Amino acid sequence: MTLLAMRGIDKAFLGVPVLSSVDLTVEPGEVHALVGENGAGKSTLMKILAGVHTADAGTIELGGRAVSFTHPLQAQQAGVASVFQEFNLLPELTVAENVHLGREPRRRGMIDRRAMAERTAAVLADLGVDDLPPQAKVGSLSVAHQQITEIAKALSQGADLICMDEPTAALADAEVELLYGLIGRLRERGVAVLYVSHRLKEIFDLCDRITVLKDGRLVDSVATADITPDDLVAKMVGRRIEAQFPERLPGTEPGEVRLKVAGGGNAWIDGIDLEVRAGEIVGLAGLQGSGRTEIAEAVFGIAPFTRGSLEVDGKPMRITKPRKAIAAGIALVTEDRKAQGLALWQSVRANARMVLDANARVHSRRRLARVSELLAGLDLVARGEDQEVRFLSGGNQQKVVVAKWLAAEPGVIVLDEPTRGIDVGAKHKLYTVIRELAAEGLAVLLIASELIEVIGLADRIVVLHDGRIAGELPAGATEQQVMAYATGRGPE
Amino acid sequence: MTRVRELLVRATNPTATVFVLLVLVFAGVFAMNPGFFEGPSLMAFLKQAAPLVILAAGQYFVIVSGNFDLSVGALVGAQVVIAARLIDGEESRTVPVLIVMALFGIAVGLVNGLITTALKVQSFITTLGMLLVLYGAIRLWTGGAPTGSLSEAFRTPGRLGIENVPVLGQIPWALLIMIAVGAGSVLLMRTRFGRILMAAGDNERAAALSGARVGTARTIAFILSGLSATVAGVLIGGFAGVSAQVGDGLEFTVITAVVLGGVVLGGGRGSVLAAMAGALVIEALFTLFNQMALPSTLRPAVQGAIIIAAVAYAARRRTRPVPTTATATPTPS
Repeated sequence: MTLLAMRGIDKAFLGVPVLSSVDLTVEPGEVHALVGENGAGKSTLMKILAGVHTADAGTIELGGRAVSFTHPLQAQQAGVASVFQEFNLLPELTVAENVHLGREPRRRGMIDRRAMAERTAAVLADLGVDDLPPQAKVGSLSVAHQQITEIAKALSQGADLICMDEPTAALADAEVELLYGLIGRLRERGVAVLYVSHRLKEIFDLCDRITVLKDGRLVDSVATADITPDDLVAKMVGRRIEAQFPERLPGTEPGEVRLKVAGGGNAWIDGIDLEVRAGEIVGLAGLQGSGRTEIAEAVFGIAPFTRGSLEVDGKPMRITKPRKAIAAGIALVTEDRKAQGLALWQSVRANARMVLDANARVHSRRRLARVSELLAGLDLVARGEDQEVRFLSGGNQQKVVVAKWLAAEPGVIVLDEPTRGIDVGAKHKLYTVIRELAAEGLAVLLIASELIEVIGLADRIVVLHDGRIAGELPAGATEQQVMAYATGRGPE
Repeated sequence: MTRVRELLVRATNPTATVFVLLVLVFAGVFAMNPGFFEGPSLMAFLKQAAPLVILAAGQYFVIVSGNFDLSVGALVGAQVVIAARLIDGEESRTVPVLIVMALFGIAVGLVNGLITTALKVQSFITTLGMLLVLYGAIRLWTGGAPTGSLSEAFRTPGRLGIENVPVLGQIPWALLIMIAVGAGSVLLMRTRFGRILMAAGDNERAAALSGARVGTARTIAFILSGLSATVAGVLIGGFAGVSAQVGDGLEFTVITAVVLGGVVLGGGRGSVLAAMAGALVIEALFTLFNQMALPSTLRPAVQGAIIIAAVAYAARRRTRPVPTTATATPTPS
């Protein structure tokens, strides 16, 4: 019997339709992907299912029974659990306390801690997790373990359906494997998973069915076996993206060395020798914690190099803070655009000119006049330059961040995870822009967790392991070659 | 339908709300006393309101950059006492003493700013400390009762104006100074400095990574607040004369005014014009209370209620779903 049937779901916020007559059916034990560009309505649909929002029209049947949630607790009691990007865990409590929050086993009126720990251990064992003590304080756990705690909590509440919103966004590669295993076990137990992700690889690895939304409407719902990744992307963006990565533009030849680090090191990284030439895209690959971001931060003066030398366009520099990096012509698109890149309550324009406003040495009327042109060139979708950036989708927010740096006309641009959490269309646009920047003679240093991205774009790949450079690979290297260096095994 | 909704969204935007409130309170005043809007009485009201409006502009800079300045009331008191003591009735000392006061205002702002930004002491604590230091220093220096007296020239801006203007009677200097401060503040917020100040209050990290000197900008905001307290001190001293108590409680009135103007505590949001309008609303409200013959001892309670209500109103708006339009991609999470 069908576990979940949502039919004809409509939802509008303040008169703006976000979902229109969307259908979604999920079978027991099925891993069902919900995909679409940012703003397609995935999160809203999930939140309706979780009782956070209430649909304006349409019906929801759970196990054949019509339900209507007006509060998350009702959804929970009906067997729908959600693991959102921000966890609903209390950091000061233990794993066991979080799993049983509000339903603590009691003995003579007191909380029965032993029973609570035992039950939690049983649930965790069921999930095949053996390295998570029920007495550990949640705040001290890794993101992956917190996620497991959320899933354990959902299971112990008797959930039949667990919604996961971008569950791998904050996980390291090894932890993603762990999640794969976990989802496999859920499936064996007949628990269905509704899986929202931008990562195509995960969708094809994990999911049985895929439902595609675009602009709040249902595009298609197909079995994973019946669709190719290219066709899926075409359905998501409504057009076919011919090649995922644009070709190198003609006439892009590596020129002079623009950024040179020799023997660079600080508390996190050591012995970094790195050269990036004009027109060159150098990829930095490595596992989480291998020192990729630390190199970006050292070059940009956030956590400067304490050893070695750094040259920009042949001139030795001591870059001890971001202001100096900016004055030297270096730009850094940071990893976390909301926390580090944008002033969310300010307008598109204010954000896009922030670097010019803040640095007298790069400010000029001519550059200021170019800001609108830059935004348009990035295909920014916004109501206008006066719109506050918090209203934009992730992809459009990222375009504002990129515009803010390009406005300063840097010679070296460092991009740390530039496509994290943004939709396929915006990703493709950014890839094209990165190519164009190289063609204009910028030196590009690209950091990305998704290996395909580094492999698809970079002219050279520098692989890091444990804070040091483990090896260097030419364009066209395989994932296996990169991983061999990244895991410290040496060349394949 | 959508237009009505859009209008509603705009009117309930905290910045716009204050102007709606201003109209409502003025309507109330008018209902109680139709004569209020005749030239002379309106001018008298504005003359009295000017110091608070000027303080609101100064406080706005500090709040929008992500801090508080609780020391302004004590600074106003200190400035009046300093003026009386140093001038001591001598007309010729007016200008030098005004310069000394300006330097003192700048110094207090600078100290507030440096302690907050360089020593990373929360501004709430820094300026509360400054409040107590100034308060104590005034008491110590004057022995409880201020000595000396102000010169006529010193009292002119607070008391006098351009006389014999048709319809209006007198255009007070205080009003002109208030307009000048207001215009200057609006212009300042449109400069690069203004935008960096705003960005620093919104997202300090993003501003700093964009190369902004966040600490410097915030320190300048404290200095502007110190200067606004100096100007307010000159006007209040001129208007009300010398007393060590003139500034007492002003810091709370002015923060109430700024918050009422929809400026969000924590920074990054709100306009300086709305903050100044907030000050006018408070003054008009007090006028209304006078007309209704309510005791003035009610004021602190009303201010307290307004602060809580205004912040709660702003917080409520923030937790509501984000309105977007069809052309913009709706925000997912």
